[in-house]
Amino acid sequence: MKGTLSHVISLGLFCLGLWLLLSGFFDNTFLLSLGVLSCILVTWVAWRVEAIDPEEHPPHLQLGPQILLYWPWLLKQVVLSNIDVTRRILDPKLPISPTLIQLKPSQHSDLGRVIYANSITLTPGTVTASLSGDSLMVHALTRSGAEDLQKGDMDRWVTVLERETS
Amino acid sequence: MTWLIDGLSGLALLGGMFFMIVGGIGMLRLPDFYTRLHAAGIIDTLGAGLILLGLMLQAGWTLISVKLLLILLFLWFTSPTATHALVRAALSDPENPQPLLYEETPPSKP
Repeated sequence: MKGTLSHVISLGLFCLGLWLLLSGFFDNTFLLSLGVLSCILVTWVAWRVEAIDPEEHPPHLQLGPQILLYWPWLLKQVVLSNIDVTRRILDPKLPISPTLIQLKPSQHSDLGRVIYANSITLTPGTVTASLSGDSLMVHALTRSGAEDLQKGDMDRWVTVLERETS
Repeated sequence: MTWLIDGLSGLALLGGMFFMIVGGIGMLRLPDFYTRLHAAGIIDTLGAGLILLGLMLQAGWTLISVKLLLILLFLWFTSPTATHALVRAALSDPENPQPLLYEETPPSKP
């Protein structure tokens, strides 16, 4: 499926912004025009090979503004679970209890499920082993980590992120 | 102010090193492939994160910090996907050892 004009424009602007940030040239006209040219070239090639579609480059935000609250919350979870796993690794008794559990994610879009699965994996102590249809297999280092997931705090957070319109 | 920034940056770098070493110890101590992935997760998240934070504090409000932030973002977006691919590949072959699971009786070995 070919992207519409707005996808093309948004990809081009995104490339241009990234080029400016990474190059750091703001006042050299020659280099700036080369940058603009290369962005146009990349966008044209992406359009020719039909790599621009709504899924790969959403011009409208598919996520609600709650993501700005979700990231700090996720960061806190990552830090807390890092400390927990660190304590268990350094404990001479190695108090681990590896567990495999099945979860039923409540998100209805692919993007929401991917965010949920990635968040689980990003948190040390829990790793998403498979995501198929509407079930999620998680390997957890400890039983308490698995039980925390089953309580579903993270699941609810990610579901709130999804917009009804997407 | 510089001493404060330098101190915070040094703390972040030391913390990052600490978590990287703990991750390494974990990879040696934990019993099987699947549990070792959790130790690798420490290196990916807090280890790399704190070291990049320390470097960002050194760089200040410059484009270098923006690049370091981009590295951090890409790392945090891609490493879960890589870990997920590893687990899936390991589980897909029935010849591979299955994950060690905690039985109802607590493990007695030290």
